[in-house]
Amino acid sequence: MAISTKSSSRTSSKQVKSSRNGAGVSKGLGESGVVGNIDHLDLFRQMYLIRQFELACGENYSKGMIRGFLHLYIGQEAAGVGAISALRADDYIVSHYRDHGHALARGVDVNRCMAELFGRATGTSKGKGGSMHIFDAAKRFMGGHAIVAGQLPLAAGLALAQQYEGTDGLTICFFGDGSTNQGLYHETMNLAAIWKLPVLFFLENNMYGMGSSIERVRAGGIDFYPGMATYGIPAAEVDGMDVLAVRELTEAAVSRIRSGEGPQFIEAKTFRFVGHSLADGQKYRGQEEVGEWEQRDPLSTFPLMLINQGIATPSQIEKIEAEVDKQIKEAVQFAEQSPEPDPTEIATDVFA
Amino acid sequence: MIEVDLREALKRGLEEALDTDPRVFIMGEDIGEYGGAYAVTDGFLKKYGPQRIKDTPISEQAFLGAGIGAAAAGLRPVVEFMSMSFTLVAFDQIVNMAANIRYMSGGQISVPMVIRAPTGAGVQLGATHSQSFETWLAEVPGMKVVCPSTPYDALGLMRSAIKDDNPVVIAEPALLYGSKGEIPEEYYEVEIGKAIVTRQGDDLTLISYGYGMRPLNQAADELAARGISVEIIDLRTLSPIDFDTIFSSVQKTNKLIVIDNARRTGGVMSEVAAEVQEQASDWLDGPIMRVGSDDVPWPYNRGLEREVLTDAQDILKAVKDGYGL
Repeated sequence: MAISTKSSSRTSSKQVKSSRNGAGVSKGLGESGVVGNIDHLDLFRQMYLIRQFELACGENYSKGMIRGFLHLYIGQEAAGVGAISALRADDYIVSHYRDHGHALARGVDVNRCMAELFGRATGTSKGKGGSMHIFDAAKRFMGGHAIVAGQLPLAAGLALAQQYEGTDGLTICFFGDGSTNQGLYHETMNLAAIWKLPVLFFLENNMYGMGSSIERVRAGGIDFYPGMATYGIPAAEVDGMDVLAVRELTEAAVSRIRSGEGPQFIEAKTFRFVGHSLADGQKYRGQEEVGEWEQRDPLSTFPLMLINQGIATPSQIEKIEAEVDKQIKEAVQFAEQSPEPDPTEIATDVFA
Repeated sequence: MIEVDLREALKRGLEEALDTDPRVFIMGEDIGEYGGAYAVTDGFLKKYGPQRIKDTPISEQAFLGAGIGAAAAGLRPVVEFMSMSFTLVAFDQIVNMAANIRYMSGGQISVPMVIRAPTGAGVQLGATHSQSFETWLAEVPGMKVVCPSTPYDALGLMRSAIKDDNPVVIAEPALLYGSKGEIPEEYYEVEIGKAIVTRQGDDLTLISYGYGMRPLNQAADELAARGISVEIIDLRTLSPIDFDTIFSSVQKTNKLIVIDNARRTGGVMSEVAAEVQEQASDWLDGPIMRVGSDDVPWPYNRGLEREVLTDAQDILKAVKDGYGL
């Protein structure tokens, strides 16, 4: 198992680049010019929460408490947290099967998420969904979806409803590079563009669709955003390891969507530090490549930057870590102590 | 009562929903400017505008999926497929998303969406445009599937389908769009999940649905002329199946012929036969006879297609083979 990634390597003496130095900031969408009123410590808290949640999942998978397929978001935290932090509570979020991070960033209850992975009655879907299918309709978190690209038209449809009802709400749809060779990817881009739907397509390009590097399975290289020109959808890429850059670009895209400009596309270059799922021995890539990306681990670079720039003190960071560690411990306890679903639940929720 | 054809009945059901419920909108290929491949939505675009009558690109997966999203957000989309055969292109969305999402979300998300599609062979469209995949969809938990054979049922089922909080497939027999029947002027609904005994009889039960009712009725008339009293059941809903009505009839007549207009193997009537065998075999005087179209791809040639299609002679043969009548 390859879950050895530690989150607290900020003792590193490596100089951390500011996220505002332009390297990862928007191309094409235009810059908003301000980072805005961003709670940096909260962004860190969310990323750290996701990392620790995922590490706890891996641990409990090893213990056999979590079964099925388990896809961890380790390494990609800055992408989901940066993007979701730019949304409003009435915006919809649609995710893929690597969905824990998005759910937690949305504020879905940590205990109930963990209980869902444990298959317990207190889980977000009462134990009927599992890791790949986290839902919280009250928070407009419309699911993790496990057929690759299958969630794209769902997002278009939610956006269609928002447009139909005349709101300025929008839908963000997360998907991976693996979905881009499905016909549905292209169908949905076209549909969203011709109907000018208020949807933000957010590609988390982590360079691999399961064990297939995009270079092996895609003609045309590793950049997807230029292809959106075909549909007339404004598109840009961002450093997905830089939470502030993601936040900034997402804010710009969101504001264009709210002003009625139709769908926007963001490609975040990111990387999962662990295997596709916990069944993955990662024979298809070298540890050198993983190590290079790990140098840019947002859980290391971001807090270091906060400290270096005087935005936060080490003790503030440590306090957050301690609080989250406790929260995760409690979530695991909650899941362990929660009841299994009653067999009478088998036939409920099939029909409304 | 007023006489209308099945197309007009469907049209009335849709117009009524559009007139009374602002959440209802329709989308599909060429339903607006063109007026619909089978003209069910002819004139709608002018009357209701492009917001509610949405022409889609030829992207069945995408627009069906968008319907799911719109329904999940609280709208009540009616999605039209140009042919039941084309639902295959969107089966992933229909099954993995529309039907599963409620269960996967622990009941948090419902999909109040209607999927309409003309179904069945008989007009020489060849293998890819003549199939009846409502029988496949009827197997999927979380989906409801209906198939009207009369204008009365078409309107009544349309009303129920649009009001239903689940995904409902309306399989519209393409050969019956022009067939006429009476509908009352006062409001009524046809409940999803209820079959109907359309003719009382004592000697034999014949059951079918959709276009299969036409050869069934012809066969029943011929049997009646020979003094055999036939009880006729129109299943109307393929999922969930109203087994109680079927069991009651079998208890009375003790003989059952099940008739599918779709292919004989793996159809809805295979399920009816299996369930009756399991639950009501004590009441049977002989074998449940299953009639269906031949298990071949649909041929284009007129003569061959008619030979494959279930007809009254196939039914009469089954009655004779099974019960010597």
